[in-house]
Amino acid sequence: MGRYLLSRFLQSILILLGISFVTFVLLYVLPADPVRQIAGRSATAETVENIRRQLGLDQPFIVQYGRYLAGLAQGDLGRSYLQKSEVTELILSRLPASLQLMAAGIFAELVLGLGMGIAAAVLRGRMADQLLMMTSFVTVSAPQFVVSLLMLYIFAVRLGWFPIGGYGTAAHLVLPALTLGILGSGWYSRMMRSSMIDVLRADYIRTARAKGLGRSRVILRHALPNAILPVIAMIGIDIGIFMGGIVVVESVFGWPGIGQLAWQAIQRVDIPIIMGVTLISACAIVLGNLLADLIAPMIDPRIRLK
Amino acid sequence: MKRLLATTAVLIALAIPAMAQDYTPDPNAQAGGSITITYKDDVATLDPAIGYDWQNWSMIKSLFDGLMDYVPGTTTLRPGLAESYEIAEDGLTYTFHLRTGVKFHNGREMTADDVKYSLDRVTDPATQSPGAGFFGSIAGFEAAGSGGLSGVEVVDAATVKITLSRPDATFLHVMALNFASIVPKEAVDEAGADFGKKPVGTGAFKLAEWTLGQRLVFEKNADYWRAGVPYLDSVVFEVGQEPVVALLRLQNGEVDVPGDGIPPAKFQEVMADPAQAARVVQGGQLHTGYVTMNVNTPPFDKVEVRKAVNMAINKDRIVQIINGRAVPATQPLPPSMPGYTEGYAGYPFDVEGAKQLMADAGLADGVDTELYVMNTDPNPRIAQAIQQDLAAIGIRAEIKSLAQANVIEAGGAGTAPMIWSGGMAWIADFPDPSNFYGPILGCAGAGEGGWNWSKFCDEGLDKMAVDADSLSDPAKSADRLNLWSDTYMGVMEQAPWAPVFNEERYTMKSERMGGEDALYVDPVSIPVNYDYVWVKQ
Repeated sequence: MGRYLLSRFLQSILILLGISFVTFVLLYVLPADPVRQIAGRSATAETVENIRRQLGLDQPFIVQYGRYLAGLAQGDLGRSYLQKSEVTELILSRLPASLQLMAAGIFAELVLGLGMGIAAAVLRGRMADQLLMMTSFVTVSAPQFVVSLLMLYIFAVRLGWFPIGGYGTAAHLVLPALTLGILGSGWYSRMMRSSMIDVLRADYIRTARAKGLGRSRVILRHALPNAILPVIAMIGIDIGIFMGGIVVVESVFGWPGIGQLAWQAIQRVDIPIIMGVTLISACAIVLGNLLADLIAPMIDPRIRLK
Repeated sequence: MKRLLATTAVLIALAIPAMAQDYTPDPNAQAGGSITITYKDDVATLDPAIGYDWQNWSMIKSLFDGLMDYVPGTTTLRPGLAESYEIAEDGLTYTFHLRTGVKFHNGREMTADDVKYSLDRVTDPATQSPGAGFFGSIAGFEAAGSGGLSGVEVVDAATVKITLSRPDATFLHVMALNFASIVPKEAVDEAGADFGKKPVGTGAFKLAEWTLGQRLVFEKNADYWRAGVPYLDSVVFEVGQEPVVALLRLQNGEVDVPGDGIPPAKFQEVMADPAQAARVVQGGQLHTGYVTMNVNTPPFDKVEVRKAVNMAINKDRIVQIINGRAVPATQPLPPSMPGYTEGYAGYPFDVEGAKQLMADAGLADGVDTELYVMNTDPNPRIAQAIQQDLAAIGIRAEIKSLAQANVIEAGGAGTAPMIWSGGMAWIADFPDPSNFYGPILGCAGAGEGGWNWSKFCDEGLDKMAVDADSLSDPAKSADRLNLWSDTYMGVMEQAPWAPVFNEERYTMKSERMGGEDALYVDPVSIPVNYDYVWVKQ
């Protein structure tokens, strides 16, 4: 186990290095000149050159990347070009909001997705099954921006049940989390349904039924723990997709998380922030995958870590 | 005064008619209360030497003061931290007499040393101020650095003398720019690179709270040196709010002014509802939208073709595309800018005349070219309208719809034959005709990377511009504006641009907000002048 963790850790470091390199290259070859963004339109050529020199952006690519890595090794993500603050500070101040939304969003996703999946599997072939699968198809393909606005409009503006965006109380959290839940539930419900159907066909389920156990007891105690396994493994992978959804949902609901920070930085070519958020998100995804791999053998002893 | 008269040979003593020129307080204004403003983007910085976007511009204006200022809601200069000033006859020496007893938010009294420090700081390359270039006419600017500006001299605690290396009629406007705000050295030293997050000024408001990514709270400066203002106890800025959501919240009574304006998709809906339309204030903007034609690239090296383009574009139709949120433009300057040529109708919309000009240029069979445009709505739609208009006279323009930065890059490099300026158009830094010439129509901006995308450079017109800006004697300001008007007419003669429209500004406010309409379309403070608006209790 220790060796496994060590090798996974080294792998993760390599993956993150690769991501940092690719992102850095992409931002470097971007035709937009960050110095012009900082200097503004009235700046003289001297001012532009002066800023370029002071930020070290006149240096060759490899020197710039080397400097970035050297900073990174010391936990320094650099300074935002436009916000003139430490990127670490900007991200840390927004991380709690994002983590809170992620936890609530994943919870909503699981409750909705698993619930729908189980119901569809149990009612397989009936009208309700088709309806549920259709719903999952719609939610998976629905544009995030439109769903977010629709939720906001119906439940906050029209019905007035929740505040119109913002952050702070549990009431503020409900709508964005629910939106994320609805948007992501489709994957889980489809996974859960097929996994459940497989399990329900298994011999031990027939045995359990034959013993005279009740239907709900068989489903909840015998089928569910086995069917849920592949779905749990999916959470780790899902974090990547989730990070994408969070950018839009946070922007619409005015949720002060890192997705919103990334969105603003991308529009303004604030490269240090884009780099920082990309790396933090990559960390989250790598960690999510690692956790999924670690949890799997705990649930299913047949899986061994190598 | 006496000492000054002794040191400076001839002084034009400017009796500033303080009351006549100044602002008449609103008799109905009520003190107290708080308003909420929303923005989509985070506030970048509140350091006056750095802040240079339209969001932090008005915020910085309320936290800091410069030597000069504008009468609220107008483009008229008035003294700020300087109580009065004198300009020497040669136009090269400005002597500012500071108000006494003005205190920074940290309680210390502002003195002439602070003025010197602030101007030295903004021009020091280490500060990386995007506005450093505005101070280019101060003597010693080239050598600015750790040693400071040799042209800024502290005469005594309440007097500062600024010497210029060349006459600059815009200098008082420059002293009213945010970049020229007076900051206390000790606060800058203490905060270091974080001064933009911990601003200390002399302004009507002070920063009370800044929760990153969520909100900022400005609190009334009870010791403010201007009597009677601000009216509001506080202003709350909520950031990270989508404009559409901000509008919903305004309709729900939670927001007083959506800082990003009315979202274009919602504009007609709002204006069609009398109750909401009544709370929208409309005003001019120091903005012109135009098509640039690269005078070094065929077919636009021929003046006939450039004139033909001016005559082919149906401006009224383009104004309709943006729901009438603009007025058709006749010339580079917007109508609310001093120096605008009244009575000049511009090139007429005349397709037959344009075809004739094309034939005169030997291009009766038409010609192919490219039209660059920024890829966000409504700009591609406007470009299509222009494309159709040009096709009618035989100019087949292929539309290149790119991200903003790429269009700016192509414009600067001179590789774009035509550019529709939408989304990147010039909005004046200060209300003076000079600001619309140098960087975008003059030879100075025509170099590689400059904002003069036509690469138009006429030395005769450049000389007229220099002559105009040498007339720094306020008594000659009418002559100066006439000279500027002639310069722009000269530009129209050569037609490096086709001016298309001047955008109008629409500020929406909540029902409880008071103060005259001009404050809500203040040419200098966008969206509103926080110091002078008030709320009904």
